[in-house]
Amino acid sequence: MMQFMLLFSRQGKLRLQKWYVAHPDKLKKKITRELITTILARKPKMSSFLEWKDVKVVYKRYASLYFCCAIEQNDNELLTLEIIHRYVELLDKYFGSVCELDIIFNFEKAYFILDELLVGGEIQETSKKNVLKAIAAQDLLQEPFIILFQEETPQGFFEDHGLG
Amino acid sequence: MWPYYETEDWSVLPPELNRRFNPAFNMASIKQAINEAVERVRMPAPTRLRDLIRQIRAARTAAEERTVVNKECAYIRSTFREEDSVWRCRNIAKLLYIHMLGYPAHFGQLECLKLIASPRFTDKRIGYLGAMLLLDERQDVHLLITNCLKNDLNSSTQFVIGLALCTLGAIASPEMARDLAAEVERLMKSPNAYIRKKAALCAFRIIRRVPELMEMFLPATRSLLTEKNHGVLITGVTLITEMCENSIDTLNHFKKECGHREIVPNLVRILKNLILAGYSPEHDVSGVSDPFLQVKILRLLRILGRNDVDASEAMNDILAQVATNTETSKNVGNTILYETVLSIMDIKSESGLRVLAVNILGRFLLNNDKNIRYVALNTLLKTVYVDTSAVQRHRSTILECLKDPDVSIRRRAMELSFALVNSNNIRTMMKELLLFLERADPEFKAQCSSNIVMSAERFAPNKRWHLETLFKVLVAAGNYVRDDVVACTIQLISEAQAQQGYAVCALWRALERDTADKQPLAQVATWCIGEYGDLLLYGPPSEDVEAPVNLTEDEVIDVYQRLLWSPQNTVVTKQYTLLSLTKLSTRFQQGNDMPLSFYRKIRQIIDTFGSNLHIELQQRGVEFSQLFRKYEHLRTALLERMPPMETAKPQANGIIGLVNGESEIEEDKTMILEQLPVAAPSDSSALLDLLGSSDFDTEIPAVVDNNIPVTAAPVINNNDLLDLLGGLDLSTPISAPPSFPQVQSTPQIFSPTNTSNFLVDGLLNSSPVQNEIPSLVAFDKLGLKIVLKLERPSETPDLLVINMLAQNVGSMELTEFLFQAAVPKTFQLQMLSPSGTVIPPSGQVTQVMKVTNINKAALRMRLRISYTGDSGPVLEQTEVNNFPPLAWQ
Repeated sequence: MMQFMLLFSRQGKLRLQKWYVAHPDKLKKKITRELITTILARKPKMSSFLEWKDVKVVYKRYASLYFCCAIEQNDNELLTLEIIHRYVELLDKYFGSVCELDIIFNFEKAYFILDELLVGGEIQETSKKNVLKAIAAQDLLQEPFIILFQEETPQGFFEDHGLG
Repeated sequence: MWPYYETEDWSVLPPELNRRFNPAFNMASIKQAINEAVERVRMPAPTRLRDLIRQIRAARTAAEERTVVNKECAYIRSTFREEDSVWRCRNIAKLLYIHMLGYPAHFGQLECLKLIASPRFTDKRIGYLGAMLLLDERQDVHLLITNCLKNDLNSSTQFVIGLALCTLGAIASPEMARDLAAEVERLMKSPNAYIRKKAALCAFRIIRRVPELMEMFLPATRSLLTEKNHGVLITGVTLITEMCENSIDTLNHFKKECGHREIVPNLVRILKNLILAGYSPEHDVSGVSDPFLQVKILRLLRILGRNDVDASEAMNDILAQVATNTETSKNVGNTILYETVLSIMDIKSESGLRVLAVNILGRFLLNNDKNIRYVALNTLLKTVYVDTSAVQRHRSTILECLKDPDVSIRRRAMELSFALVNSNNIRTMMKELLLFLERADPEFKAQCSSNIVMSAERFAPNKRWHLETLFKVLVAAGNYVRDDVVACTIQLISEAQAQQGYAVCALWRALERDTADKQPLAQVATWCIGEYGDLLLYGPPSEDVEAPVNLTEDEVIDVYQRLLWSPQNTVVTKQYTLLSLTKLSTRFQQGNDMPLSFYRKIRQIIDTFGSNLHIELQQRGVEFSQLFRKYEHLRTALLERMPPMETAKPQANGIIGLVNGESEIEEDKTMILEQLPVAAPSDSSALLDLLGSSDFDTEIPAVVDNNIPVTAAPVINNNDLLDLLGGLDLSTPISAPPSFPQVQSTPQIFSPTNTSNFLVDGLLNSSPVQNEIPSLVAFDKLGLKIVLKLERPSETPDLLVINMLAQNVGSMELTEFLFQAAVPKTFQLQMLSPSGTVIPPSGQVTQVMKVTNINKAALRMRLRISYTGDSGPVLEQTEVNNFPPLAWQ
């Protein structure tokens, strides 16, 4: 079971955090800080795995973003890399060649996509198509307002009805 | 209820092309939207999320960012107070962004719950996101969220149910799990696959948190494996895996019946379909069909096949098929191979299959990809205990990995290397591992050095090699060496008499160099030179080691002086050094022509410690300097060479701490020992050997035996810690008395029968009460009788109160009476002040001792009694190891 997933930039800024284990806020912050420092200090040629405390940390860098997952001892490290890759593919499909800024400004979308891929730290859907379908359908469920309140050129629907 | 999602013609088209199916687009929502529009006109719109993010990103300093955030937080708080429901969603979204930056956001927790309770899907979506991010298990709001979840789990919209399940899966606390398990179980049987898969994973989390709830999910779980939908299949397999790992009964339950088919053939069939089915774009990952599902099934097969010949038999073929047919040019293929190898090694597989698996790992080890190499080492470590010879073939590759720049790989390689060490390869392996130790990061040094010591102990070809290895470890690992290595090395040197000349020379060479960062080495070296200093200076030159030429006593003393003066050396090292120096005063041959120039020097150094700032060192200094003055006549006997320590184990590091009152200085009489110094593990051996070698010729150990059939057991059971002592006591009869329980007490000096055996009155006459334990006679000789009355206060069961009663049964007055006691390290001893120091004829002195025994270990105690009778000063020492079980159990 995945214990948590962190996305952070090369500058060490946290971009997304998903916790599947219950830790107090203070501990979460400590873990995040320590892991970001440790991973950023590693050289690019090193393996993607890090044994850290009692978890195995699997991380991979995509452009300026690090995707980092903590898994348990029995979990398959290589498969975790595939899960990370699948998540990146989904973000890419959703945003259309995703970049760090997309995730900064639409962080809630990044969370929604992750929640359609994983539940409780385990993978729930192996078809990309199904995940995107579910996300699109839920976006649509928020949609009706867009028709009534199209004020300016819509950049995203949250923009136009209260979130943006 | 799920018309538009279940229909096959659903497309991923942009939303605006799909409006005609939108169920949310109805009269009610239009009305709501109009109302909100009116509200919005009335109220000023807050900063938009996008603008806030821009503002924060534009901040050039941390302080500037903090100002922006604080201003926005203050505003958000005020909107929360005003119960602004129109912009709540936007405000929470902003708060979540602020939370990610590391600012406190707990004040948004309740607002999240309000959002969840809102009928709008947008509100719910953000509300649940906020709940997952801001709530943790200990929040009081959990009861509220449990109610929200319960409502939404009964919703008619699949995505609302989906949000609730997802949230439950992420933050389920044990209480929530209990409250909502029934809902989840119902949803596992939903006709909608989207709901079913999420419910299955929720059930997985619920079982994780509360394993007792497993039973209720069993019937619903069974049918999950008959699905075609991969999402439901993979979540089903995950759930079953968790259940089977959780309980053997469930494992057997699934093996016996699972729907209409047995589980193993069923899984094999699914796996076979995955491999053989042609290209399916939906689940394909670089040419492999649904690797996620394949890995999960392989893992479940492993659990089912473990220790089960039939099940293993049923999966042999498919494992072989997966192992041979998987494309390995990409990470995906290797992922599946890795899982397959783990399964093959774990089940009762055919030998051919095992060879195949080890060969796959061999290929992995040579792979260019670091990740694959890491995985290979990891797996070899798991299999090395099953099939060592197969792993031995890859030894050289594994040793190569010790030099890898990646710390994860090095760690695995180190562990694996130690698993491969045996008596055939010990020399070559150790060479590599010692090289590794020299260059290793500090985090590795302690573990690596301990492992080398252990391997050397098990497989050392000879004593000389063993010693050489230990010395190299002490040099290479420096201060990272664990304390037990010091004790273990000392013991080995003491035992190996033929190697002592070599050892002392080798250690002298090491000591000559700077040892500030190698305290354990300095400790071993000083101990050894102290013991065998004569071999260093006057021993026959050994041909194989470069013995120091023409070494003079003064040179040795200079090095010692450097050690003692250097602030870099620890107190423990200095204690070793000081004791060693004292011993050297008798080891050096006292030349006739040079009357004792080194002797004076030694005395001078030791005297300076009499005023040392550190209390331990000061005490040592004062005591040792007495050996050069008042007790000069005792010194040679006291510092004699120790007998070989044969029984000590490397773990022997907690030794009975004894009062170090060798020299009864006049002032000492009035000093009351409130708390006996329990010597630290590393320095106690030094204190002990002082005691040990000194007292054997004068000491008459009195062991009391009170007819409770105390067998030799307590002596044999001496924990290793005490054995060091035992080694010293070889000449004393401590272990003898229990074999003759009823020997008459005859005052026969130097005889083992000089033990007084007394039946304690209380033992025979009164039935012991809960907290009253029969007292015992610890000592009775030459007119002095010491009785220990034991008591355990019922409110503190760990505490044993001992009332010591010293009676003068003779006719002469005993003055300067001093009673001292010491207990093994695992106990704590507190001594209160005695009632006096003078015992008139038929008078008595009492003293209370409190022993804390947390481990409920058998109590042993060493006593030292000194007094002045008519024949002058008397010093007696005895051990009490026959405390009745009531006293410590």
